[in-house]
Amino acid sequence: MSTVKVKVNGMQIECPSDATVLEAARQAGFRIPTLCYLKGINEIGACRMCLTEVKGAKGLVAACVYPVAEGMEINTNSQKAYDARKRTLELILSNHRMECLTCVRNQSCELQALAEEYGMEEVRFGTPKEMQPDIEQSTPHLIRDNSKCILCRRCVAVCKNLQHAAVIGPNDRGFSTHIGSAFDRDLGEVACINCGQCINVCPTGALTEVDSTYKVWEALADPKKHVVVGTAPAVRATLGEEFGDPIGTNAQGKMVAALHRLGFDGVFDVDVTADLTILEEGTEFIHRLQNGGTLPLITSCSPGWIRFCEQYYPEFIPNLSSCKSPQQMFGAMMKSYYADKLGLNPEDVFVVTVMPCTAKKFEIRRDDQSAVNGLWDMDETITTRELARMIRKTGMDWSALPEEDFDPDFGEFSGAAVIFGASGGVMEAALRTVVEILTGEELAKLDFVDVRGMEGIKEASYDVAGTLVKVAVASGMENAAKLLDKIKAGEAEYHFVEIMGCPGGCINGGGQPIQPGNVRNFVDIQTLRAGALYSEDALMKMRKSHEVPLIKKIYSDYLGEPGSHRAHELLHTSYKASPKYPGLEADKKKN
Amino acid sequence: MPNLKTLIPFAGTKEQEDRLREAIARYKGELGATMPIMQEAQEIYGYLPEEVQVIIAEELGVPLTEIYGISSFYAQFTHNPKGQNQINVCLGTACYVKGAGNILDKVCEVVGCKEGEITEDGKFSIDATRCVGACGLAPVMMINGDVYGRLTPDKIDAIIAKYK
Repeated sequence: MSTVKVKVNGMQIECPSDATVLEAARQAGFRIPTLCYLKGINEIGACRMCLTEVKGAKGLVAACVYPVAEGMEINTNSQKAYDARKRTLELILSNHRMECLTCVRNQSCELQALAEEYGMEEVRFGTPKEMQPDIEQSTPHLIRDNSKCILCRRCVAVCKNLQHAAVIGPNDRGFSTHIGSAFDRDLGEVACINCGQCINVCPTGALTEVDSTYKVWEALADPKKHVVVGTAPAVRATLGEEFGDPIGTNAQGKMVAALHRLGFDGVFDVDVTADLTILEEGTEFIHRLQNGGTLPLITSCSPGWIRFCEQYYPEFIPNLSSCKSPQQMFGAMMKSYYADKLGLNPEDVFVVTVMPCTAKKFEIRRDDQSAVNGLWDMDETITTRELARMIRKTGMDWSALPEEDFDPDFGEFSGAAVIFGASGGVMEAALRTVVEILTGEELAKLDFVDVRGMEGIKEASYDVAGTLVKVAVASGMENAAKLLDKIKAGEAEYHFVEIMGCPGGCINGGGQPIQPGNVRNFVDIQTLRAGALYSEDALMKMRKSHEVPLIKKIYSDYLGEPGSHRAHELLHTSYKASPKYPGLEADKKKN
Repeated sequence: MPNLKTLIPFAGTKEQEDRLREAIARYKGELGATMPIMQEAQEIYGYLPEEVQVIIAEELGVPLTEIYGISSFYAQFTHNPKGQNQINVCLGTACYVKGAGNILDKVCEVVGCKEGEITEDGKFSIDATRCVGACGLAPVMMINGDVYGRLTPDKIDAIIAKYK
C-alpha cells in the first residue's frame, strides 16, 4: 500500500495515499465532526460539518471526501474552519424542530452533541421552536418526523446501497426538500421491508421505531395476565452498549436480572426456539435433499428478508423454509406447550419478545401466525433500545445488577442457537445438526469457520456422507440480491442458503443500540458484537441443537418428531408474493 | 409545492407505451440517459404519472424514488396532465410585488384545485410561471394564451366564468 506524508495540525504523519482528510486527521488523533458521512455508504460531502482548512486549497474542503496528497498541510481546528462549522450547524438548527428534552433521541442525538460541542448558545435564524411535528406513521415499525430531519440522506443511502429497497429519497427542491417515498406515498404504500436500518443511522430523532413498551407495561400491570418474555440471541450482545459497556460485551446475566425485576412471570430465551428451528429446518432440508425438493432451501428466520423476498424476488418463495421465525415459534410454544404445562389458559398468556429487529413488529401481525385458538402467536415485541428504555425508566442501576439465569421451564439451549444472532450462525448451527444426522457420526470439529465473518456473501462446500453440500450465506439485501441474481442466472448452485435482512445479521439489526456515525465509520461494530456470541458458544457444553435435553423433551412429550403434523401446526407457516408497488396496485383496483 | 400526486386516473394508450419503450431503448446504457427519457416521456404523455415513471424505473433498473426525485426537483416536469383550459399565473418579480400571490390564491379558490394540479373534471389546470414579459400590466395571468392584466382578486370570478 502506497503512503503519503501529510501534516495534521503541525504533526507529521504517514497515511495511506487513498485516505481522506478525515481519515488522516483521525490517524493523527483529531476528530473532525461529521453528520452526513457514512464510510462506504454515504460519501457525498453534503452537510458541510466537516469543513477543514487545507493549506493552498481554494476555500475550506469537505474532509470526509477530500483526498490527501503528498506534503498536504491540514489544520483541523483553525478559526476559519470552526466559524464555518458553527455557521453550518446554526443553519441546520434553524430548520430543526428543537424539542430535545422530550425527544426519543435526547442525549443520543448527534446534532445535539455537536450543538453542545460548538457552544451553540442561540439560533439567530428561523423559528425552530415554533415548528410543528411532521409525522408519518403508516407501518407497524417506523415513525418519521421530518420536522427533525436534517437531510443528511444517511437513511436514503442505507435503504438503497445496503438494503436494495430504495423506497425513500429526497423529494422536491429548496426549502421544500424532504425525505419521502416516490409520489410522497406513505411508507406503508411502498415495498419497505421494515428492516429499520434507516433508524440505526439517523443522526437525530427524525426516524424512530414505533414504541410498543406502553403495551408491555399495561400487560405487566394486569393481574389477570401471565406475562412471559423471550430474548433473541443478538440482544445480549448489544444491550450493555445502552448503559456504557464496551461494544462486544455479553450482557446476558444482567439482561435476565433486569427482566426479572421488570416483573415478567417467566424470563425465557428465544434461543430455545432457535434450537427448534434447527431441528425443523434441518429436517426440511434433509427431506428436500433426499426427495428432490426445491433447492436451495433458504432460511426464513429474518422477517426483513422474508418481506424482501415476497416483494422483490417472489420467484424464490418456493425455496423458503416453511419454518416460522424463532420469535413466532416462541409465541406458539408459549401458548401451547408452556400453557399446557403450567395449566394456564392460552388467552391469559401474554407473550413479549425483545428483538434486535424492527421487522418483528410487522411479523407478529402477518397472516398465518396464530397457531393456538386463533390467538396471535405473539402479543408484543420490543427492540433492544426499547428494553433499555424500560430498564432506565424503572431506575435500575445497571452496574449494580447481578447476573441471573433464564427460568428453567424454557431456558435451556445450545451454543448453536446463540450464534443465530450473527450472519452465518444459522448455517453453522444447521450444519452441526444436519451433518451428524446424515452421517450418523459425531462431528470431530464443530466450528464451520468458512461461514463466519462479516463479509456480505460467504460460500463453502462440505462433503457430507458422500454428497458435496454447497452452502452460501448472505446478509444485507444488496448482497442477497447479488446472490439471488447469480442463482437465477444459473451461475451458482447451492443446496442451502442463509439470508439475513441486516448486514452482518441480527447483531446489526434495525432495533439495536444506535452507534453514532463517528463510531460506525471507524469501529467494526459488527465483528465486535458477533464476537460476544461466538465466545459464548465456544464456552458452552452443549453446542448442538439436537443434543439439548429440553429440546428432546419437547419432542418426546409434545411435538412427536421434527416435521410431525403437530410441529407443522405450531411451527410452520406460508408466504405469498406481494407487489413491488403496492400503493399503485391498490389505486388501480380502486379506479 | 408544485408537484402533487396525480389526481386524474391514468389513461395511457398502448401506442404511447410503445413509443416510451422505444425511447428508453434508444437511450438505455448511455450515461445520463434518465433526463432525456423523462423529457420524451413527458412529450408522449403530457405529464409524468406514477405509471409512466414505474416503466422508466423498471426499464432502466433505477429505483422509482430516484426518478421521482428528479421529476419533483425540476420545474420542467409535471405530475399532472394539463386541463382543457390552462391558467398560468405570473409570479415574476414585478407581478409578485404587485400582489400576484393573492391572485394565485384566488384563482385556486375559484377553480377548485391547487397550483400544479388539474380539476377533477379536467377543465382547468393552474400553473405558476416565471416572468411572462408583460410587467407593465402586472399582475398578469394567461388563460390559453389570452392575457389578463392589472388584476385584482375581485376580477377573477368573472374571468374564469368565461371558460366554464
